[in-house]
Amino acid sequence: MDLNADVLLSVVLALFVVRGLRRFLDLPTRLPRLNQLLGWLWLPGLVLFIGARAIHWKSDQLDELYMLLVMLAVTTVLFLLRSYRPARTLLLGLGPFLVLSAVELLLSGTRLLQEYDEGFDTAKGFSFIWMFTSFFIARSQKKHLEKERIEREEEEKARRLMAAQKVELERLVAERTAILTQQAEELREALTELKTTQAQLIQAEKMASLGELTAGIAHEIQNPLNFVTNFSDVSAELVTELEEEQQNPDRDPALEAELLGDLKQNLLKINHHGQRAASIVRGMLEHSRASTGERQSTDLNTLADEYLRLAYHGLRAKDKTFNATLVTHLEPGLPPIEVVSQDVGRVLLNLFTNAFYAVQKRKELGQPGYTPTVTVTTRQLPDGDVEVRVHDNGTGIPPAVVEKIFQPFFTTKPTGEGTGLGLSLSYDIITKGHGGTLVVETQEGHGTEFIVTLPH
Amino acid sequence: MKILVVDDEADVRTLFEQRFRREIRSGLFSFSFAYSGEEALDYLHAHASEVVLILSDINMPGMSGLELLRQIKQEYAAPPPPPSPQVMMITAYGDTESREQALQLGAFDFLTKPVDFAALKDKLLTLASHEN
Repeated sequence: MDLNADVLLSVVLALFVVRGLRRFLDLPTRLPRLNQLLGWLWLPGLVLFIGARAIHWKSDQLDELYMLLVMLAVTTVLFLLRSYRPARTLLLGLGPFLVLSAVELLLSGTRLLQEYDEGFDTAKGFSFIWMFTSFFIARSQKKHLEKERIEREEEEKARRLMAAQKVELERLVAERTAILTQQAEELREALTELKTTQAQLIQAEKMASLGELTAGIAHEIQNPLNFVTNFSDVSAELVTELEEEQQNPDRDPALEAELLGDLKQNLLKINHHGQRAASIVRGMLEHSRASTGERQSTDLNTLADEYLRLAYHGLRAKDKTFNATLVTHLEPGLPPIEVVSQDVGRVLLNLFTNAFYAVQKRKELGQPGYTPTVTVTTRQLPDGDVEVRVHDNGTGIPPAVVEKIFQPFFTTKPTGEGTGLGLSLSYDIITKGHGGTLVVETQEGHGTEFIVTLPH
Repeated sequence: MKILVVDDEADVRTLFEQRFRREIRSGLFSFSFAYSGEEALDYLHAHASEVVLILSDINMPGMSGLELLRQIKQEYAAPPPPPSPQVMMITAYGDTESREQALQLGAFDFLTKPVDFAALKDKLLTLASHEN
């Protein structure tokens, strides 16, 4: 047989090896250039075959030479890829076989080889087994690595997915946060608006009660003014008369004394009524002014009497047909107490106005023998606190309504007549402002009593 | 001439007594005072036909001046004696509504506060001269 034909077999074998190597080690991606070169590995085998044929050289070592070349190529590839674990394992597996083959080639034709032929064959057999075992190990390593890679990839994928979800979540959170922030801002604005409106309403309530007062004040000022003008006028007459009397040769000392007494009395009266008017104007100013919150020593009897009259005349001025009996039970010697007088004045005015409103409503029912009466009573309690009771024999408050009367904006008056803030503000002034109490006792159809208690 | 002054202000008495001291001294006028509408009616009932003129405030607690006027006119509506006293209203509210209401109810005159006593005196003297 043609000895050189073996090399063709080796070429075919080399082609298989290259193909296996390419696949196993994924050469096109790991070593693309070397991979291309390996594609030409068949060429040297063919050249050897044709060359040998041309010169009619026959050798059984031609095949081995080519195989050595193939081995070298494989070893180079494996060496270059030694960082890849299956390649390293293959390199280790191939090592003994390679060394043996090289030694065999070197010793070919020598005696030594023939002497140890059997030993070489056994060694070769073991190196083959070693090589195949390594191959299988490498294969399992490769599989293992592949698995790890896939796991890693999956992990990576999961991680990426999570990252994407995280981004989405963050976006959602940002979106919600923006919405919430905007809502909070809107709420804050609404709150500010509400506060402004509340302040305006309180001011409006104040002005409304001032409006109720104005007519009463006008009337209350006319009365003292009437006295001031007339007493001063009449005093001038008295002086004239006194002067005439002094010119009279027949002087009457008794008449002179009487005139002087009257004059003195008149001056006191002028002063008294002047003070009265001043006090009313002061009261009005205090009422319209924003409360300073300063407490002054206040005589509740004077305050109650003053505001009762103001409230009464205020209502009278608006409704000429209205009338009521005013009863005052003001305890003499009531000790003055420290209060913000314009605030407490507002409370009393509010209570009086409500009382008059209630008796007016009952009067409209036309019950025979009904006398509208508003009573104010002051007294000092045994523990030193001062109590002001504002009682009316009006319509009373239905049980369903009585719980709500201190709530802001609650009113039973027709729209436009009441702000619904009067009692609510009064309650705050007495309880929060002065640490007192404001309670109501009422019987529907018979009357209502508001009891203000202020600590001494 | 007997005049009843109705006003809830106590100082009105002093004022009238001083303003008309000459007329009181000379006996031309005689004044009585009531501090509420109810008191005025009681006085009238006790001193029937004595009082010739009533000067009344309108704004008083309890019975108002207009209510008093209405009652007087009701009581003295019938022609037989005693003759109805004249009622003159004095008020701090000089509005036309009150004035018209008072005049419609039969008020003799309507004065506003502060009272012009010179004018009042003239009116009273005219009345007194008619009286005689």
